[in-house]
Amino acid sequence: MGDIWEGISAGFWLVVTLDPDLVEITLMSLRVTVTATIVASCLALPFGAWLAIRRFRYRRFVIAVLNALMGLPPVVVGLIVYLMLSRSGPFGVLGLLFTPTAMIIAQVIIVTPLIASIAHQAIRDIWAEYHDLLISMSTSKWQRILTLIWDGRRALLTAALAGFGRAIGEVGAIMIVGGNIDHATRVLTTAIALETGKGDFSLALGLGFVLIGLAVTVNILIHAIGRTERDGKW
Amino acid sequence: MIRILACVLALTGTTVSAQTLKVAVTTSFHNSGLSDILLPAIAEDTGIEVQLLVVGTGQALRLGEAGDVDAILVHSRASEEAFIANGYGTHRREIMYNDFVFVGPNADPAAVADATSAADALTRIAQTEAIFVSRGDDSGTHKKELSLWDAADVARGGDWYRPVGAGMGAALNTAAGMDAYIIADRASWLNFGNKADLDLLFAGDPVLFNQYAYIPVDPALHPHVKNDVALALEDWLTGEHAAMLINGYTINGETLFTFNAQTGS
Repeated sequence: MGDIWEGISAGFWLVVTLDPDLVEITLMSLRVTVTATIVASCLALPFGAWLAIRRFRYRRFVIAVLNALMGLPPVVVGLIVYLMLSRSGPFGVLGLLFTPTAMIIAQVIIVTPLIASIAHQAIRDIWAEYHDLLISMSTSKWQRILTLIWDGRRALLTAALAGFGRAIGEVGAIMIVGGNIDHATRVLTTAIALETGKGDFSLALGLGFVLIGLAVTVNILIHAIGRTERDGKW
Repeated sequence: MIRILACVLALTGTTVSAQTLKVAVTTSFHNSGLSDILLPAIAEDTGIEVQLLVVGTGQALRLGEAGDVDAILVHSRASEEAFIANGYGTHRREIMYNDFVFVGPNADPAAVADATSAADALTRIAQTEAIFVSRGDDSGTHKKELSLWDAADVARGGDWYRPVGAGMGAALNTAAGMDAYIIADRASWLNFGNKADLDLLFAGDPVLFNQYAYIPVDPALHPHVKNDVALALEDWLTGEHAAMLINGYTINGETLFTFNAQTGS
């Protein structure tokens, strides 16, 4: 129990004194994960919508695979991205390994199936409602997708936030492709792993509470901006 | 797809200047806290920003082989010599040493504190079947431990022998949790924050000597590595300021590393 209290107070002091290392690490966490979430959403939301309205032969199969990929093991993604970006791998000439870009690529791969899958579920329900209307208006495929994405924006926001949540707390992949380099690729989760390795549990826990606080803050902020849960709208 | 990729690149803008150097180092080097002392001094004296990748010796060698780092700092002589023989590194430069120690529960059920040698200590652990945590991650410490078991010539691998496949700190955490015996390098042990009921029980056998060496990755094999910067860092690491900082680094009054580079070669 003592360790947990020490962790809480360590986290509190880190935040109150605006520890420069903490600020740097936190900004890096946000930069990597926010970028990854945005890129993944740009890929996943249209794909989820397309999957909901389009009927094709292997649709069930694709959806099943997509759902399965939600559980993609980050360590394996990290290893594959590492092998791709390594100097002796196919994209080695880009020199991207151990940079924030490499971490973003890994996180995009991890969260895209999750966002696409949740988006698909949400849009399928709206599509059932809108189907006759949109067909009768003889809309094009893109118009349908955009309408569904716009009218389903709250549910899609939840999908994006789920992706954000998975990415911000992820450590396996970014440890491998980022390398946890101080002042370059260190983020909150890899810093926590490092401090745990040093046996400095109170600092590790302190960083952990900062991470949880950050995730909560981002979610509250997004909901405040999106004005959900207000004006009788759920 | 290409456009998205270009966007990602523009967004993230990799900040790599000419004077950064990627060096793969062992977990024991970093967990000891020495890197926190050396890195700022290196930046101040030479302008080189050293980016450390903290991994086990096995992985450090792999990163060097693939050309993903510019130099490595490890401690497993046989693997280092193989690394150079296979043409991945230009040369091996000894920097400093410390020693490995036997750490275990302070109740000491296997009476390791009374051991006369490292082999004797391992024999005692094996005979009492006291729980022993092995790094099990192909690191320098792990390789040393395996060679010690071979030298002691006792059977291991019962239920009491537990390879955890983790770094020095994580393995020490596991040992602390299980009240187990473990072999650690002295520096990591002294700097470890979660000692619980563990104590340093045995040290001093000459076979426990632990030499750290620096190897620049061969630019003939990987033209992109910054060999000139790696050589500049080598000069610094073998120089007087490094000697002073390394020899002067103490925790609770104990010296952790001893500088032993041959200067001016």
